[in-house]
Amino acid sequence: MVVEPLIELDGVNKWYGDLHVLRDIDLTVGQGEVVVVIGPSGSGKSTLCRTINRLETIQSGTIKLDGRPLPEEGRALARLRADVGMVFQSFNLFAHKTVLANVSLAPVKVRGHRREQADRRSLELLDRVGLASQASKYPAQLSGGQQQRVAIARALAMEPKALLFDEPTSALDPEMINEVLEVMRQLARDGMTMVVVTHEMGFARASANRVAFMADGRIVEDRTPEEFFTNPRSDRAKDFLSKILKH
Amino acid sequence: MNVLTENFSTFAKGFLGTVQLTVYSSALALALGFVMASFRVAPVRSLRAFGTAWVTVLRNTPLTLLFFAVLLGLPRFGLVLPFTVFAVLALGCYTSAFICEALRSGINTVPTGQGEAARSLGMTFGQTLSQVVLPQAFRSVIAPIGSILIALAKNSAIAGAFSVTELLGTYRIMSELGYNIIWTFVWIAVGYLIITGAISAVFNLLERRTGAAR
Repeated sequence: MVVEPLIELDGVNKWYGDLHVLRDIDLTVGQGEVVVVIGPSGSGKSTLCRTINRLETIQSGTIKLDGRPLPEEGRALARLRADVGMVFQSFNLFAHKTVLANVSLAPVKVRGHRREQADRRSLELLDRVGLASQASKYPAQLSGGQQQRVAIARALAMEPKALLFDEPTSALDPEMINEVLEVMRQLARDGMTMVVVTHEMGFARASANRVAFMADGRIVEDRTPEEFFTNPRSDRAKDFLSKILKH
Repeated sequence: MNVLTENFSTFAKGFLGTVQLTVYSSALALALGFVMASFRVAPVRSLRAFGTAWVTVLRNTPLTLLFFAVLLGLPRFGLVLPFTVFAVLALGCYTSAFICEALRSGINTVPTGQGEAARSLGMTFGQTLSQVVLPQAFRSVIAPIGSILIALAKNSAIAGAFSVTELLGTYRIMSELGYNIIWTFVWIAVGYLIITGAISAVFNLLERRTGAAR
């Protein structure tokens, strides 16, 4: 698959004090590609995801978005973040605002859209994730799965070039995982560029273009899901897969 | 007992003086405290340092000393203002340090994920703070800010020592006129109770209002 690269990480290193959490990460995500990042906990996959919109800073290497390096701080960085949506493990919906206001806030404040126009678009997006009827509720009144779908709608409201998912289903009850995965599968089918940190191997197999396997801060394997799941090359990946697939 | 009825206008003048000092100083303290709290959580190091220095100096200086510094110090640099204005400056700046810290602890009660979500949507630092973090911090700082403003109302008595008209100072006039000091103080205490009771009532109302918003 030959595509325009959208997200490019080149020789990225990050330390927390003495702990070397990201080691020489090279990763390219093309336009419309879905890259699933998997690996044992503590391998740096969430950190990797968060460096892409600079919620985590890096100490060396470069990260480029659409060919431009990430700005360090200030308004330029805010502008870039507006183009890269993020979905968090703990949803992080704004607790003091209704579902509709959660989705409309950034389009109004950041993009400068008019409130009525933003609300109309937000309702469309909420409808797309099956939650238009919940628009006037507060986040605390929704289930985890519903909150996460609202969070996806909120990210989509900015019409981002790419979406980052940081373990979007890890805080959910098993029966709610599927409703969130279904929304993500739909996004993948619609051609959204996605970086997904997850433990959902089913999603990785079905929707990913590539699987990046991380261990100890390195990307150990970066291949198609069929190749990775049926024939992992590294011992580390074999070990990991044998543990998660045999139960 | 009749000290109040016979000298009502003197008491009233003192009472209004204390109300005036409290209202203006509170407004200044809230505004400055808000700015300093923003500085203390700002991503810019020099702003954080300024906020920290502001709080450290003002919170650790005795208020009387601060009054001396403002009322006697500033005129030396050519800044001559009415004593009441100086008193408002001293009280307001002093109290702003406490307001700042109350706001900051309120900001810290808001989960970091809220700010991260706002930033990930492209909001600037100011938008993140004003749209997402402070509205949620507000509820948990209402009670401590109420206490701080009550303390401010009572601290305003120090201004009386610098010939600003305020409630406590009326005892001097009364004792010169030969009235019973006990009753003078009782009425002065009642005056302070009215002011602090009003502040309490406003903040109780605020607490109930924002409590219902969830």
